[in-house]
Amino acid sequence: MASISRAAAIVGAAESDELGYLENRKSDLQLSTEAAYNALEDAGLRKSDVDAIFAGGNTLGLAEHMGIHPRFTDSTQVGGSSFVIHAGHALAAIAAGYCEVALIVHGNNGHSRRFFGGGAGEGGGPSSPGGQFETPYGFIGAPINYAMACARYMHEFGEERCREAMSEVAVATRKWAALNPRALIHDPKAEIPLTMSFDDYHASRWICWPFHLLDCCLVTDAGGAYIVTTPERARDLKKPPIWILGAGEGHDHGMISQMPSLTSLIARETGPAAFKMAGVTHDDFDLAMIYDSFTYTVMLTLESLGFCGRGEAADFLRGQRTAPGGDFPMNTSGGGLSYTHPGAYGIFLILEAARQLWGEAGARQVPDCRLVMCHGTGGSLSSGGTAILARD
Amino acid sequence: MTQQRTPGKPLPTPTSETQFYWDKCHQHELWVRRCKDCPVTYFYPRDMCPDCFSRNTEWIQSSGRGTLHTFGIVVRPPHRGWAEDVPFVVAMVDLEEGCRMPTNLVGVEADPADPAKTIRIGMSVELAWDDRTDEVSLPVFRPA
Repeated sequence: MASISRAAAIVGAAESDELGYLENRKSDLQLSTEAAYNALEDAGLRKSDVDAIFAGGNTLGLAEHMGIHPRFTDSTQVGGSSFVIHAGHALAAIAAGYCEVALIVHGNNGHSRRFFGGGAGEGGGPSSPGGQFETPYGFIGAPINYAMACARYMHEFGEERCREAMSEVAVATRKWAALNPRALIHDPKAEIPLTMSFDDYHASRWICWPFHLLDCCLVTDAGGAYIVTTPERARDLKKPPIWILGAGEGHDHGMISQMPSLTSLIARETGPAAFKMAGVTHDDFDLAMIYDSFTYTVMLTLESLGFCGRGEAADFLRGQRTAPGGDFPMNTSGGGLSYTHPGAYGIFLILEAARQLWGEAGARQVPDCRLVMCHGTGGSLSSGGTAILARD
Repeated sequence: MTQQRTPGKPLPTPTSETQFYWDKCHQHELWVRRCKDCPVTYFYPRDMCPDCFSRNTEWIQSSGRGTLHTFGIVVRPPHRGWAEDVPFVVAMVDLEEGCRMPTNLVGVEADPADPAKTIRIGMSVELAWDDRTDEVSLPVFRPA
């Protein structure tokens, strides 16, 4: 079968009108619709051009809210990685001729949810496997589930080395966030020092050992959207096409207690699949956008993707090489740790990749950025999606 | 009406695949599932083997002995049910029958400043019981 690499391109990408800790009771639908509107504007397309919608569940409600009648619909919801996986799905659907203009959209009022009743998820209902065998023990919420995986890594590869790698990610990511005017780090309520030191990291309060507060992503209100279309249409639009060169996806468990190894992600399979499709290798990338639900997620992703060997993240990350000025730029938006993370962050990996490839990243612009790797992790370290993006 | 001793903590609702498990827990016995074809012992319980997809599976009683696979010390309550109950220890235990189960580790000092004082991954643990209500008992583990 012929490769579908480059069979579709991203032509618009945008956030909701505002994001962060909002006080105006915006709903998921409202944040999503703002982002979709802005992404279409960015592309120079109209809503009536859209014939496909991709979202993490609720495509019925989202398409209804926007008045879109798609001929292709994809509600794939495998956690925060979904919106990276959607890039591969949109590529495949366009290559197969199912649709021409795909809207990928996500909005979530994770922070403001308290205004609307309801609270943090307790997993499935009480009769689900999680509801019976994990929730009653207090396995509730990502920090607790991910912390147990991190503790196992510490056991296998050394607590000090693991902590060193976590602190490198924690500090480097906040340096990028300080350069992003839309990052939550600029809001004092974020509880993140604008110039964060290693001491700040080690002194921050415990959420669930081994995670400090500053190991954990934010919970904000935010929406994001991007538009994918055919090569023919892409060449006629406002912006240069961002080609989808490769994509890979997968998952190997749902609940954290079912994870085959707490120190290896499905990225070990999605990465090689995407790299092969794109015809690229580890040394080719100008920027890595890696889902940072927690500092541990990032170091484990780097290892599982093969940027370094298992247990070697501390050596790979040493000396702030992922920070501004370093030789391995990573998570230049400030990431889920300090830019925005409304509950599912994957779409914002693609948005920052697009901004960097279009040269729109301002003070944090990576010089001559041509090839970007995005990798999302979702669920309880359960799912992975890799997408390789490039400009001409 | 069930009298809940620790108000607010979520409780399991059994299904046809798990009713036996929870009935045995009520009698303070831990039973897990084994495939007669593979053979693997697996957790959580389900009728068909998650490895070879055989229907030829059975219940076996666990010795209740195992080793600590990993743990976390929860400091910020994840739910109103633990509001007065932090810090506490979430854990996974490798049972000597060969499967891994989520649980709580009890009888240790849950101190995030010095976890190693009483908790070490790989340590031997044994079964204990957390009687959440008159009807629901959760298998938990303590140092052996």
